Amino acid sequence: MTAPRKGSAIRERRGVPLIDGVEKVTGRARYTADLERTGALVGRIFRSPVSHGEILRLDVSKASALAGVVAVVTGADCPHTYGVLPVAMNEYPLARDKVRYIGEPVAAVAAIDAATAARALELIELEVRELPAYYTAKDARAPDAALLHANKPGNVERAVHHVFGDVAAGFASADLVREATIDCAEVNHAQMELHAALAEFDPLTGRLTMQSVSQVGYYLHLMLARCLQMDESNIRVIKPFIGGGFGARVEVLNFEIAAALLARAAQGKVLVELTREECFLTHRGRPQTTTHLKLGMKKDGRMTACECEVVQSGGAYAGYGIITILYAGALLQGLYDIPAVKYDGYRAYTNLPPCGAMRGHGAINVRHAFEVLVNRMARELQLDPFAVRRANLLKAPTRTLNELMINSYGLGECLDRVERASGWHERRGKLPAGKGLGVACSHYVSGAAKPIHWTGEPDAVINVKLDWDGGVTVLTGAADIGQGSSTMVAIAVAETLHLPLERVRVIAGDSAITPKDNGAYSSRITFQVGNAAIDAANALRTILIEAAAHKLAANPEDIECAGGVFRVVRGDQAPLAFEQVVKAALVDKGTITTKGTFTCPPEAQGGKHKGGAVGSTMGFSYTAQVVEVSVDASTGAVVVDKVWAALDCGHAINPLAVEGQIEGSAWMGMGQALSEETRYLNGLPAHASLLEYRVPTMAESPPIEVEIVESHDPRGPFGAKEAGQGALGAFAPAMVAAIANAIGVDMDELPVTPDRLMEALVERRRRARLDQLREAAP
Amino acid sequence: MQGEPSPRKRIVRMRLNGRWREEAVADNLLLVDFLRDAAGLTGTKTGCDGGECGACTVLIDGVAHPACITLAIRCEGRSIETIESLATGGRLHRLQRAFHERLGTQCGFCAPGMIMAAEGLLRREPHPSDADIRQALSGNLCRCTGYVKIIESVHAAAEEAP
Repeated sequence: MTAPRKGSAIRERRGVPLIDGVEKVTGRARYTADLERTGALVGRIFRSPVSHGEILRLDVSKASALAGVVAVVTGADCPHTYGVLPVAMNEYPLARDKVRYIGEPVAAVAAIDAATAARALELIELEVRELPAYYTAKDARAPDAALLHANKPGNVERAVHHVFGDVAAGFASADLVREATIDCAEVNHAQMELHAALAEFDPLTGRLTMQSVSQVGYYLHLMLARCLQMDESNIRVIKPFIGGGFGARVEVLNFEIAAALLARAAQGKVLVELTREECFLTHRGRPQTTTHLKLGMKKDGRMTACECEVVQSGGAYAGYGIITILYAGALLQGLYDIPAVKYDGYRAYTNLPPCGAMRGHGAINVRHAFEVLVNRMARELQLDPFAVRRANLLKAPTRTLNELMINSYGLGECLDRVERASGWHERRGKLPAGKGLGVACSHYVSGAAKPIHWTGEPDAVINVKLDWDGGVTVLTGAADIGQGSSTMVAIAVAETLHLPLERVRVIAGDSAITPKDNGAYSSRITFQVGNAAIDAANALRTILIEAAAHKLAANPEDIECAGGVFRVVRGDQAPLAFEQVVKAALVDKGTITTKGTFTCPPEAQGGKHKGGAVGSTMGFSYTAQVVEVSVDASTGAVVVDKVWAALDCGHAINPLAVEGQIEGSAWMGMGQALSEETRYLNGLPAHASLLEYRVPTMAESPPIEVEIVESHDPRGPFGAKEAGQGALGAFAPAMVAAIANAIGVDMDELPVTPDRLMEALVERRRRARLDQLREAAP
Repeated sequence: MQGEPSPRKRIVRMRLNGRWREEAVADNLLLVDFLRDAAGLTGTKTGCDGGECGACTVLIDGVAHPACITLAIRCEGRSIETIESLATGGRLHRLQRAFHERLGTQCGFCAPGMIMAAEGLLRREPHPSDADIRQALSGNLCRCTGYVKIIESVHAAAEEAP
């Protein structure tokens, strides 16, 4: 581990603003829809009106003939599937033969203006023979159900069965065994920026330039080459500013490929901008999940065994589904010390927009069920929920039963911090009527230790360029989507070179300039790209120290680089300024470029069991959260009054950004817990706007008090781990516990909307009445 | 070109970021599209299908409005201010500085609308309470920050002289 530099300006401050923050607050930042679009055609997508059907006839001749229409493309123009997992690419950018959900792209048009494009869509004729459609995993898995994909019997994309340890013995040794079935509604990322792609095909050179909202430019690049059958080197993928992602854009999306197909057909430039409704249709959100969980516990709160079945309604195509269902099982472990774990996971196909990765990928809903049940069992055993968690802490370094590597573990300190900050012991049980406190924990990976597209290359590569002007330019393919990754990279380089941050410039996400990167997913950037950045900066530092040594006629090992100057240790020679050393280093050599890499070692890549690489990582972040609520039992309304969130991020490279990530993810957890859910009426999205899909507004968003815990991971960059996802999962179970604490009602479903809470209250009254009647009966 | 006749256009005179300008504007043109496409002011964003998210908030005669549910022709004789007008004299506006320094924005997409809504608030209420801020900005969605640092930023800006 490279230690953070003592006394450095960055360490002493509470963090630094984003290096691209001025562009953002002035409105100068250009997102895809803001790019220069002179001469660009307007691309629009024609979508399936039915949930499931066989395409009998698709006639675009009238649309093609409309004046002002330059190109129309259909599934016939792209016989190649795309997707994120090499083993599960079962989706065409434009449907061929079959459609499997309402809103699935079938054709696309490029026209001279929006009105013409809209008229062209109306002229497209589609004839479909409807097939049975299924909107829940239960219906899709019924024995007589028609198959969405012929090669997937039972409409199950992947079934996972993992057993670690002696589960039966674990339950036999328990003092209390309890079960729960917990249901979490499907949610959507609802990133603020609408999806958009600007594709430009130059027929004279045969080159394609794509600017899009992708979190992973590399996947987009790969899939464009595959679907357009182009040589990769003739494609350039550029990342403009990106208005949030949260996983929505980690897989290549159909409209991106449609835009490229249109640009090639039109031999020009096409801008496809989706409406908010279309963003909901594109989806890739967190699937509706039913978790059946059974836990064994000793009287002192020690867990003895865990048995868990997860069923996810994944939508119509594979997407990330296999990973999601594997994550749900793998991340049962890594938070607590559990002696035996059995997991059965089923990822089902349904006739709904495809689900995908969303912040806390795969871990959130299963963690919710787990923490909810732990809290209920703690109550039954009359144990403090903090004490139960403390009874099950891991001790780093260790490995979980499923071979996940843990080198740092700050969960205990997270618990201490939120217990103290929230006044847990002084306040719980003594709050006014209708108010309650609850606690829960969660964790998340700092980068998948094995990339999806395994090529043998390093997990991260950074180039650093130093030129005559003394400016340090960092080239990275890592996508800053608002999480501040470019700022993190700049800090890592500046810290290593002992330079002011202002001297470092970051150029990110342009396949023609920046090294390949696996992108913004699985919270990999800080750990993997951060380490690569330190490596590249160290290589440059070595060159500079050698140049300084040469100039000062000293040995390199006697040169000290600090405070922007180079000096001979224990000498009285005048130090050399950074600029002088740069000039010396460039003599005979010219512009210096160094490279840094980072590779997760094999021991970090999980177990040998099938799917064992999923969940494996160099380090986990840990969080504990306390949520305080007020519940109005007459309306079912829940108000979150306050949140205390502690997160172990190893080391906060930029504390300001870490705080922002913790606040943002805890709050996003609140959205899922309280109000967010996509809803479909026979496959037709009913919540496809930001009015119906209820993202919390400022009016109902609570103060969030953040505690940063630093467990200093031995392999993290400056000891750092992830900070952007881990805090999401603890919110909902802590809130559900707070509601139980407030009014004594256990909620089994998310989101806890007023109608669901009212139903639970009515049910409680009904049961109480029945009990009374039974007692009264002879 | 065949198809429906283009909508009627009329000359609209408005004061845009301090300068009067005249433009032929179609009757059905939304202010947000006028700003982005005709005036080239892409700082004003579109994040929804109309009146859902607040990313397009601008000031009309000093009052915050969503430009996506405002017709451009209704701006005749009125003063429109967008995010591009705030930084003057080589300095960030106090709200921009606060949002930048305190991480009041992460991805930045909601920031222009959020800042314009906050500016509208500060003009009528120079020292807003938490509740004032929550109410005034409740039509502006942000998906990154959880709003914590946005509220801090508005308070910090209010403490600075304009």
